[in-house]
Amino acid sequence: MSAGTVAPHRPGQQTGRDGFAQLLRAEWTKFRTVRGWVIGTLVAALVTAGLGLFAAGATSSSCQSTSGGPARSGQGCMTIPPVGPGGEAVSDNFYFVRRPLAGNGSITVRITSLTGLLPANPNTPVGPNAPIDTRPGLVPWAKAGIIIKESTQPGSAYAAMMVTADHGVRMQDDYTNDTAGQVGAVSPASPRWLRLTRSGDTITGYDSADGTHWTQVGAVRLAGLPSTVQAGLFAASPAYQAISENFGGGESGIVAPSQDTAVFDHLSRSGAWPASGWTGDYVDAADGSGIGGYHQAGGRFAVTGSGDIAPVATGQAGDVGTTITEHLVGTFAGLIAMIVVATIFITAEYRRGLIRLTLTASPRRGRVLAAKAIVIGSVAFGAGLAGAAAAVIFGAQLASARGSYVYPVPWPTELRVVVGTALLIALAAVLALALGTMLRRSAAAVTLVIVAIILPYILGVASILPVSASDWLLRITPAAAFAIQQAAPQYPQVAALYSPSSGYFPLAPWVGLAVLCAYAALALGLAVVLLRRRDA
Amino acid sequence: MSEPKGRVAVWTEERRRSDEGRQRLKAARRRAGPTLHAEWTKLRTVSGPAWLLAGTIVLIVAVSAAATAAVKCPSGTACAVDTPKLSLTGIEFGQAVVAILAVLVISGEYSTGMIRITLTAMPRRSAVLAAKAVIVAGLVLAAGTIAVGGSLLAGRVILPGHGFTPGRGFPLLSLADGPTLRAAAGSVLYLALIALLSLGIATIVRESAVAIGGVLGLLYLSPIIISVVAGDPVWSHRLERYAPMSAGLTIQDTTGLRGLPISPWGGLGVLAAWAAAAMLVGGLALRLRDA
Repeated sequence: MSAGTVAPHRPGQQTGRDGFAQLLRAEWTKFRTVRGWVIGTLVAALVTAGLGLFAAGATSSSCQSTSGGPARSGQGCMTIPPVGPGGEAVSDNFYFVRRPLAGNGSITVRITSLTGLLPANPNTPVGPNAPIDTRPGLVPWAKAGIIIKESTQPGSAYAAMMVTADHGVRMQDDYTNDTAGQVGAVSPASPRWLRLTRSGDTITGYDSADGTHWTQVGAVRLAGLPSTVQAGLFAASPAYQAISENFGGGESGIVAPSQDTAVFDHLSRSGAWPASGWTGDYVDAADGSGIGGYHQAGGRFAVTGSGDIAPVATGQAGDVGTTITEHLVGTFAGLIAMIVVATIFITAEYRRGLIRLTLTASPRRGRVLAAKAIVIGSVAFGAGLAGAAAAVIFGAQLASARGSYVYPVPWPTELRVVVGTALLIALAAVLALALGTMLRRSAAAVTLVIVAIILPYILGVASILPVSASDWLLRITPAAAFAIQQAAPQYPQVAALYSPSSGYFPLAPWVGLAVLCAYAALALGLAVVLLRRRDA
Repeated sequence: MSEPKGRVAVWTEERRRSDEGRQRLKAARRRAGPTLHAEWTKLRTVSGPAWLLAGTIVLIVAVSAAATAAVKCPSGTACAVDTPKLSLTGIEFGQAVVAILAVLVISGEYSTGMIRITLTAMPRRSAVLAAKAVIVAGLVLAAGTIAVGGSLLAGRVILPGHGFTPGRGFPLLSLADGPTLRAAAGSVLYLALIALLSLGIATIVRESAVAIGGVLGLLYLSPIIISVVAGDPVWSHRLERYAPMSAGLTIQDTTGLRGLPISPWGGLGVLAAWAAAAMLVGGLALRLRDA
């Protein structure tokens, strides 16, 4: 401004922070007083919650009982998975040859072989009670070894040293933790020695190739471990899966039980082991489907088992329940509504010519756009938070009331999913605002944002594209932010089809959100530059 | 400068001979001609629609070719792939651009205030909407035909190299094959119906951003919801039968026809019903409301 220009009269106003507060108030007033925008925001919250509740209510599936009886509905026909110490759903099925251990102590054993049986014909599903036609073989995560466990209650805390079919020696504890030890498969020519030592709450795992040179694999702390625990040998073998991906139609295939047998010898114990013999039983054989048993001859044990001690991978075929990710399916519709509102928030100014008035009143254009972004971002965050919270909280209640099971998630995860969904909607609104400023036309801006955020998500979630292709789209497009809704992590020690359609995204939750954040920041920066350079 | 006499005479003679027909044609032209012509001029003389149509074609062919190239059938495995449907994957993307084109045809007039001039010049409002529908549908049919042809051609070139050979039960894509022809022609019609649905919705809501959001929300709603309520056979069946996109795209299915929730032409019929309903409500709204 030249010196001769008369400054606009601003009673009691100074430039700087106060001026920006004034600007925020002006933009908030604009937003608040346009009925259509307020309605659009309410619609965004309502469809996010409404579609989610519809999905939660509609998934109460009836199911065929495994023993061939009549179809029943609701929880009666499902095996509800136990909940692990971390709050996640786990499977805790294995054959356990155990005896109590009072106080501190250790157990050492040598494993000389791990063999197993798989369903003979991968194309014929094998019922648990049907005679199993089998062939020799192991699933990659077939496991056997030694375990110290809080109790035989499914879902109780544990730490274990084990050999696996394809993944070498592992130390695993409390279902989700997995540490690698010696590599390579076990055989009579190259046996594996394993040792677990309890000292207070701490359990330390060691492995060795010869029984003299020991390497510590890991030390874990199991808080609140009682003084008397169950310790011994175990064998477990996760279900055999032959799942292929159908282009445009999800997955198909079979899941059938498998079993493994491990041969142990050189069993030695130290510490206080109350006098009692070895007890062999199948942990959590709720439906009587557990395969297992053991033979003891001299110092040699052969333990056979099936099942798994691991977290449950949700969203798989034949799943018993729904996840909170599925209850947030309405997010995409809420996003569309919010994108429309955010775009019109700026394009309406161009259409009505109001932008000239706005920019005359506050000539620092970057600050105008910043104020708009803060207002629309906050409004979208609020709408998203309300919609997502309602969908997650009431969705779980509705699903339970309708008799379907909802996978539990630890509360920090639930909080992250709900707040992250709100952030996703807020960032998308800012992106839409920025593109609306750049393009000045609502139709083009709305379409661009919807195609960038919603379309890759649909292609992945509705499995229209193969997983490899949709994984790439969900890494590089703004749709990466949907990763924030992933409720369960992808566990390397659980074999499953981890695809966007089963609720698993290729990026980590906050990394995915950061991708959208980068897009929004970049677009906002470009919009500020263009807004400054161009005539309004 | 005067015309040679004889030529004028011949011209007059011809005109007299077909007088009756011409009168009828003229009457019809008087009704529809100028409206159609006006709408055609409006579309032709701005660059947007041409770009959008070109974009539709490029997008459909490119996405179809990419999707086809992404799928391989390794030897020794049985691949249950519906190759004509696969090579028409681009339609699912292209429909978004078609929706924008159709929405802008009417909401562009509302945003500039042009609609008041249009309706002053052509007071018969339903005729205006009908003319817009004819022009948009015609353009989309033309662009769709090129796009579908290009997609099938891409599939024909790419598929045999990826294991989908005639020897393994995947004949070369050809319009001589009945189901393939139906899928191809049906996809073109699908795009035209999406255009009419979008035009109708845009006439109802007037604001372009809201209309586009509404159309895309309506279209993409069904695949997302179906994937989530897959456990509920009743709801997923209902959605597959009656949601515009899921039902309409069954026209592309050439295999497993018995297992379809709705027959291919029945599915396209459902989409046609959606489009007709949107156009009807749009037409009524246009007549009853102030512009």
